[in-house]
Amino acid sequence: MDLKLRVWRQKDANSKGGFENYDVQNITTDASFLEMMDILNEQLVNSGQDPVAFDHDCREGICGMCSLYINGRAHGPDTEVTTCQLHMRKFKDGDTITIEPWRSGGFPVIKDLMVDRSAYDKILQAGGYVSVNTGGVPDANALPISKIDADEAMDAATCIGCGACVATCKNSSAMLFVSAKVSQLALLPQGKVEASRRAKAMVARMDELGFGNCTNTGACEVECPKGISIAHIARLNREFLFATCKE
Amino acid sequence: MSGFMSSSIGKKFFMSITGLFLMVFLLVHLTANLALLFGPEAFNKVSHFMGTNPIIQVMQPVLAIGFILHILYASMLTIQNQKARPESYAKTVNGHQSSWTSKNMYILGGVVLSFLVLHIINFFWKMKVTGSPLLNEVEVDGEMMENAYGLVVGLFKDPQLGIVYSLVYILGAVGLGFHLTHGFWSSFQTIGMSNDLWRKRLTAVGYLFALLIGAGFSIIPLFLMITA
Ligand code: HEM
Ligand code: SF4
Ligand code: FES
Repeated sequence: MDLKLRVWRQKDANSKGGFENYDVQNITTDASFLEMMDILNEQLVNSGQDPVAFDHDCREGICGMCSLYINGRAHGPDTEVTTCQLHMRKFKDGDTITIEPWRSGGFPVIKDLMVDRSAYDKILQAGGYVSVNTGGVPDANALPISKIDADEAMDAATCIGCGACVATCKNSSAMLFVSAKVSQLALLPQGKVEASRRAKAMVARMDELGFGNCTNTGACEVECPKGISIAHIARLNREFLFATCKE
Repeated sequence: MSGFMSSSIGKKFFMSITGLFLMVFLLVHLTANLALLFGPEAFNKVSHFMGTNPIIQVMQPVLAIGFILHILYASMLTIQNQKARPESYAKTVNGHQSSWTSKNMYILGGVVLSFLVLHIINFFWKMKVTGSPLLNEVEVDGEMMENAYGLVVGLFKDPQLGIVYSLVYILGAVGLGFHLTHGFWSSFQTIGMSNDLWRKRLTAVGYLFALLIGAGFSIIPLFLMITA
């Protein structure tokens, strides 16, 4: 199929960006969205132009590097997939596709469609870890954890740190990400010990980095490629309030 | 504690607590108002009780503070949230992700606030400060009291502006109802009292509560419009 692309181009963090229009032809419906972007870039390189910069790494939905706000939605028109898992069969011949970078004060644009998501690393550095050495894998029944808690923790742990929650949220709030990271540890005995300190430190860091405040609209969970529920945000709120009371 | 007050979750905590408090106030206020449907004597008695009961008098400044804090924090959070996205998207598709009300709480709050100001001018101010000829004392069960019924009916049945007032009051009640379709559940989520199961229950109860408040406050002008 043939497509018209409207792509955000921006030389660097300090330049003013704008949209450029490109045409791509003969794209197969089996191609992934990023493969289509590769074809565009080959075209640009062949004609002596600067290729479009965009983030990607694993291309199988596990690393969280790919981003892109495609036709008004984070990771494009499919649900619970990353951009690298998005197929061109979701589009029709002749479509115009608008491609923008994540927009958030916390994620400044580096170049074209690439944004700086190191704010997420900074939040993790503030408390997204367990300080003590927890040893090797424990015996199956040595550390009893209910199936419910184990499943919840596992669900939270599927967060790949892609930033779609921030990109989608009208307030640019990072609460879904932070709540997933706090939840995955707070639910398990190894992480519980530091749960209070962690919740406070990570929220404080999040607030410093220019993300907005959650107003419980729920948009983040709809666009999260891992379907992380905002029930984790309620848990984060709980952890944070308990931590404050304990002071 | 100072860290808590300035943190995002701390600020939201105040939104939630004040919101919950205001919702309790609404229930009390609605219950009192509905006495109007039972005629002048019932309404005047209830309104006399509300005007003289010491607990209600103590709660009045608390209520004012509740409103002020709710509005102050709402403004603070809304401004910060708008700043958090310096450059907006050229194209957005939404509607499938979240409700319109959840994204427009400040606008709906603004509707409620304009209504509140009008409401205070219409009733509270006249009853507490300036007085009104419509309020001339009446005798109910051997006790003299202000004719609050006369003031309310006088407003909604005003030959020129009665219909306008009625419609504005209904609009205010509906705006408040919409504010609560999101606000009710949201206030529990904010203080951590929700999960995947309770979210469904609380949203359902929230819709019922919003309907009760929206319809409840609309009934009074509607009732007076219908009964000649
Ligand atoms: C009787 C009147 C009111 C009641 C019962 C009420 C109730 C509530 C409740 C329960 C919430 C949810 C709190 C949360 O998400 O934790 C809320 C949120 C909100 N209210 Fe009100 N409200 C009232 C008036 C107002 C007014 C006058 C404004 C003025 C601008 C306002 C602006 C907001 C905003 C912007 C939010 C969303 C804040 C956020 O989620 O961070 N409200 N309200
Ligand atoms: S919570 Fe979901 S949308 Fe947000 S960073 Fe994690 S995986 Fe991405
Ligand atoms: S490139 Fe790794 S998740 Fe898309």
